[in-house]
Amino acid sequence: MAETVIDRAARATPPVMAKKVKGLSDRAIAWIFVAPTIFILLAINIFPLIWTIYLSFTNFRVNRPNNAIEWVGLRNYERILGDPDVWITMQATAHFLIWTIVCQVLIGFTLAYLINKKFRGNDLWTTIIVFPMMLSPAVVGNFWTFLYQPQIGLFNYIVGFVTGADPSSFSMIGEVSLAPWAIVIVDTWMWTPFVMLICLAGLRSIPDSIYEAAECDRASKWRQFWTITIPMILPFLMLAVLFRGIENFKMFDLVVQLTGGGPGNTTTLTSIDLKREAFEKWRTGYSSAYAVILFVTVFGLASIYVKALNKVKQR
Amino acid sequence: MSFSVTEPSTRQKWVAGILVVGYALITMLPLLWIVATGFKSSTDSIAYPPKILFEPTVEGYVNVFTTQTRLSNDMAEEPREDLPWYEQLVREKGNTIVGASRYSERFFNSVIIGFGSTFFAIVLGTAAAYAFSRFKVPLKDDLLFFILSTRMMPPIAVAIPIFLMFRNLGLNDTHAGMILLYTAINLSLAVWLINGFIDEIPIEYEEAALIDGYTRFQAFYKVVLPQAATGIASTAIFCLIFAWNEYALAVLLTSGTAQTAPPFIPTIIGVGGQDWPAVAAGATIFLVPVMVFTILLRKHLLRGITFGAVRK
Repeated sequence: MAETVIDRAARATPPVMAKKVKGLSDRAIAWIFVAPTIFILLAINIFPLIWTIYLSFTNFRVNRPNNAIEWVGLRNYERILGDPDVWITMQATAHFLIWTIVCQVLIGFTLAYLINKKFRGNDLWTTIIVFPMMLSPAVVGNFWTFLYQPQIGLFNYIVGFVTGADPSSFSMIGEVSLAPWAIVIVDTWMWTPFVMLICLAGLRSIPDSIYEAAECDRASKWRQFWTITIPMILPFLMLAVLFRGIENFKMFDLVVQLTGGGPGNTTTLTSIDLKREAFEKWRTGYSSAYAVILFVTVFGLASIYVKALNKVKQR
Repeated sequence: MSFSVTEPSTRQKWVAGILVVGYALITMLPLLWIVATGFKSSTDSIAYPPKILFEPTVEGYVNVFTTQTRLSNDMAEEPREDLPWYEQLVREKGNTIVGASRYSERFFNSVIIGFGSTFFAIVLGTAAAYAFSRFKVPLKDDLLFFILSTRMMPPIAVAIPIFLMFRNLGLNDTHAGMILLYTAINLSLAVWLINGFIDEIPIEYEEAALIDGYTRFQAFYKVVLPQAATGIASTAIFCLIFAWNEYALAVLLTSGTAQTAPPFIPTIIGVGGQDWPAVAAGATIFLVPVMVFTILLRKHLLRGITFGAVRK
């Protein structure tokens, strides 16, 4: 298969593509092929973004289309950054981000490490573990409210069975102290497989010869783990954290269905708060400024992080 | 088998296997519970302690699909023989009417919007990916990064202007509008992934074809497309799964006609709260295609979900 006639014919030709071909010129084809994509992305992504930025400097309200759009300068931004409730929301989001990433990285890496032991049937079990990640977060979130029911829910029953506590004595999504953990548990259940897959790819990319060399030098297994496995897998772990960070910063569907932001405002993440401002209170200008702040935050943090990631990769 | 220091011992394999299988079983529990609840009667679904053994019924499936979800009390009292079997079943359970189910309509919307947007994203994405891979496109790297960065935006952030824009264009709550929107979102994934797949096809194949007198177009669809077919197919499934599962934009930009299943399933309400067997039945039907695709996709999984940033 490797040495086909085409291969040999190809090698006989110079590596530069032939300039003159029949039909349209390459330049024309390139344009025809790229233009629709660029056009759609400009129309559906960039144009709305610019519009959001424009609206963020106004006091426009979607539900009052007859009111004149008034330019208010930076007032929306001042109000958001000076609002203690917004900062509480940010804290809730940070709490959610940190704990989901910690749990997912620890469990995901452990699973990948175990699967990499190449026991029989590991591919089958890997596929099973991956299922939750592919499902609809909204549908899954809704069903977890059933699992979390104090009297009848499976989660409470199992926790009660294992710890001996009364299953009806606590409500994961109804209590202020438990609700943040309820969303961390479901998010971890859903997205640990993602971190696991990335770690697995990382572990499989480490050449065996490094371990063999370490073995010759009589390095202990523990030593090998810390001086070979961890540094080699670090870029992969960091990439997993980046992806999970961006996704969870945008987190909306799962949490809306699971807790709706409650009880109180304990699980109101920034996306949920933004949705309330934009589509319940209809403060379009204000929520546009909110959206811009969020986007700049994600973009800024991600850029700094990617720089750090590239440094680790180069080592 | 040759001796290798990196080969794990049999004992290590056993320990690893048991731990992983244990985790997999725990992780499967909520999913199995969804499927099981779909086959429970409404009393069994809320029994305490939770019932593992139960008498299976299709009540939930009937409730989620039939237009006349349930019969009212007075209708249930008078004996009738002219009812179809599914309404007989509902009647025997003595349920009351709560209005028509629109599940099949919403499911059908998911199919139209999912497949429609996937089709356009793949057609446009393949063309653009080919151009990015084979031609000197000005500002290529910047354009590719720009395409990727569109994924960093929270969907709610663009929902406001898209809402305004769609309202002006008459696209609010229409299939066309949602297909356009999901096409745009899936395009970035499609371009990045397919670009990676085409980059891996040696350029020499096309050169040989061009020398044989093919035009550029012919070389593209007779040589490159067949080579990239499996990659394009798996990209298509990823786009479909995304459009299938999307919730935030669907819930904000649709209200009736074009609403997909994810915003609808949580709203299936019975008498006194959610009708869990019906919700579970609806969810099961909705989740099964994705689970099948996951099995088909397992080789390309990592590449698809990470935009090709990690290659397995």
